[in-house]
Amino acid sequence: MSAPQAPSLVRRAAAAAAVLAALLVVPVVASTYQTQLLTYGLTLAIAALGFNLLLGYSGLLSFGHCAFFGAGAYAVALMMRYLGVTSMELFILGGIAFSAVLAALFGVVCVRHTRIFFAILTLALSQVLWTLAYKFFWITGGTDGLRVPFSKLTLLGGLVGFPGADAFAKFITSYYYYVLAAFCVCVALMWLIVHSPFGKTLQAIRDNETRARFLGVRIWRYRWLAFLVSGIFTGVAGSLWVPLNGLTTPDVLYWPQSGKIVFFAVLGGFRNFTGPIVGAVIFNYLEVYAVAVTEYWQITLGGILIALVTFLPSGVVGSAARLSARLKRRREALP
Amino acid sequence: MSLLRTERLTKHFGETRAVDGVDFIVNEGEFLSLVGTNGAGKTTLVNLISAFLAPDSGRIFIAGRDITYAPVDERIRAGIARSFQLVNLFDDLSVLDNVALAIFAREGKTKRIFALAERDTVVTQEATELLGQFGLAGKAQGLAGGLAQGERKLLDVAVAYALRPKLLFLDEPTSGVSTRDKAQIMDTVSSVVRGGGITAVVIEHDMDVVFKYSDRVVVMHEGRFLADGPPEEIRRNRDVATYLLGTDIDA
Amino acid sequence: MEIVVIQVLNSLFYAAVLFLIAAGLSLIFGVMGIVNMAHGSFYALGAYVTAWSVAAASAVIPPAALFIFLPLGAIAAAVIGLAIEPTLLRRFYRRPEEYQLLVTFGLLLVLEDAIRLVWGGTPRTASGLVDSLGLLQIGGLPYPVYNLAMIGVGIVAALGLWAFVYRTRFGVLLRATAQDRRMAAALGIDVGRIYSLAFGLGCFMAGLAGAIVVPSQAAVLGMGVEVIVLSFVVVVIGGLGSLEGALVGALIVSALRTITIQFWEEIELAALYLIAAIVLLILPTGLFGKKA
Repeated sequence: MSAPQAPSLVRRAAAAAAVLAALLVVPVVASTYQTQLLTYGLTLAIAALGFNLLLGYSGLLSFGHCAFFGAGAYAVALMMRYLGVTSMELFILGGIAFSAVLAALFGVVCVRHTRIFFAILTLALSQVLWTLAYKFFWITGGTDGLRVPFSKLTLLGGLVGFPGADAFAKFITSYYYYVLAAFCVCVALMWLIVHSPFGKTLQAIRDNETRARFLGVRIWRYRWLAFLVSGIFTGVAGSLWVPLNGLTTPDVLYWPQSGKIVFFAVLGGFRNFTGPIVGAVIFNYLEVYAVAVTEYWQITLGGILIALVTFLPSGVVGSAARLSARLKRRREALP
Repeated sequence: MSLLRTERLTKHFGETRAVDGVDFIVNEGEFLSLVGTNGAGKTTLVNLISAFLAPDSGRIFIAGRDITYAPVDERIRAGIARSFQLVNLFDDLSVLDNVALAIFAREGKTKRIFALAERDTVVTQEATELLGQFGLAGKAQGLAGGLAQGERKLLDVAVAYALRPKLLFLDEPTSGVSTRDKAQIMDTVSSVVRGGGITAVVIEHDMDVVFKYSDRVVVMHEGRFLADGPPEEIRRNRDVATYLLGTDIDA
Repeated sequence: MEIVVIQVLNSLFYAAVLFLIAAGLSLIFGVMGIVNMAHGSFYALGAYVTAWSVAAASAVIPPAALFIFLPLGAIAAAVIGLAIEPTLLRRFYRRPEEYQLLVTFGLLLVLEDAIRLVWGGTPRTASGLVDSLGLLQIGGLPYPVYNLAMIGVGIVAALGLWAFVYRTRFGVLLRATAQDRRMAAALGIDVGRIYSLAFGLGCFMAGLAGAIVVPSQAAVLGMGVEVIVLSFVVVVIGGLGSLEGALVGALIVSALRTITIQFWEEIELAALYLIAAIVLLILPTGLFGKKA
């Protein structure tokens, strides 16, 4: 089974530039609410990007990624509450540090195992974190959580702050561009990583572990590194998400959140680079409108996941790519 | 000093002695065939030497170095590589990437995370040349999963060869391939391997292939070596004829 | 001293529950090679169905007789399992593991919310059953006879399952299919039927665990995931695919849990997983595990 030929680099770069141009004008043309919504979508896209390094490129399915998202979020909240930090840059660094330590530890336990145990262990370890978050309530605020009000936040090393009356609208606009910049950096970095010798090695391990081992590759080391990088990206997403949400509670560590992240990748298609990004953004809007319609959206989510896995395993982007390739072949076959 | 030497190498599977006290010597530059009926122990022997299995007793030496319990990556660094009977490729990577990966691994560049793989012209060039030698240059950009069976076999050998081993084990490189392709594959493999000065041990069932391409033939039966010598000698060997070919040579 | 005895008994009771769940999980894995991420939801289902039917019937039936409703939870779980396996899951046995895990995870999302849909958010109890059996005096301290009875149920289940798998004809078919599906099919065994029955049996056991536990502990939302996290520790320690592993793992985990709850409640789950991690480092497939 061969995948459709990837479109040329020039065409892809042009498409990316077009998308970026569109993204740049959003706060100008759209309402504050819509801008805020898209900002959420971008943070989820970063989380999905991190997650897919494991699923799409390493063949490892993690059901515990909410642990890293939550770690990034709580790092920010704890730093603001107990260390009085207000700089977003420092928050991001804190999020990276916390999720890196967590990923390193979890990784040691999880990556030595077969894929089934890997999935089980990631789910379980993330839930261990969840119980710690609500049981140690005197530190984490328990079920009430910790607040992260944007009024205390500063961007770009203190240059941009949000005091005063019209603060919220100003915050949304500035924060949107901030997250967009972070998103671009993350996309560029991840693209580089998956096209590097390291990335190719991960894919080789995914395709044929035996053969990779017979090239002298120490399998679990690469998986651990992938786990670490993946956790950091998702942690950054969590750190960027929490000022937008204004609050973090143990819910962010509860297992259905991991399910959402999995869903982004499956919806968009996890066998290509942009699939999870698209999946995250689509889901973001789906969720808002679905929650408005029914309070049992988790059933819907689960049902759609089952349907996707059964009937559309290459996801939206993957299926679109296949369709366009098939149409192209048909056009070329015509006299 | 021989390139490979095993000393009373043994492996049991329950009651069966798959490899029974084998003393195997391979000298540099040889192109030898390892033959025997199914279950004679050929693949097990190769598995033991290439670290796919651990021996129950005995020792293995590469250029005098004891590698009996060395892990896979150490044995590769010592100069051993192998191809597989059931083709083992990275199906979702391109043909070029399959070989390039072996070169990256050999050069210790696989941990490079902030560099584009394609940009490494040294590696890409070597991979392209290698594919050319194996007649696969035209398919370089396609996915490995899309190759025909004969081509897959060649790629499997090419990937192992890309490690620039001193000793290359080829496990049935022509199995599952049509008769017409067999000759082509063996021509390619033998010319590349000999041209590279690499020592090769080929597990093979097709006796025509064996007699045509090998310098030396080793016959295994029930875990032990039955005969060992140049092809003409083996052809005349009575025991070999009986056990291997199932015929009475006088008849 | 009496307190120790009581803790031991509590531990055994919970071990019985964990054993049933883990054994079901291991059985399904052993026969079909899949891990049902939604397995805990069948446990929850068993608990809710039992609690609901007991509550519904308690208006007309005296408490002692309500025991006949206990198995209802197990049966409901089995029925749903039997419905799901051929329709939803079977096509995934030959596909890569990721897809199996994804589809059972989707099932988990659906079942957990479906429970909320049907029974709402308030906890359901069936404590009448516990009361009806009365209390036993253990050195001056009262202890529910119910717990002792359920420990008995656990022992019977363990023996029954062992006998079923190793002593009956169906058990032979089960083990044959588990070892080599194609060979079994070649011998004329209806592999599809074996799969369904094995899955149904696994779900039955999970449902039974829920049914047993609900008189003692209310059925609450999220109990399915909470227990799957715990039963994963059991199969990690005991080994996946092994009944002895499920038993030994359940005993160990339950004992450890009882101990850690005594001394430092907050880190209970963390401590369990720390121990599981250590076990995994030494024995990657658990104490009795089979490779996937």
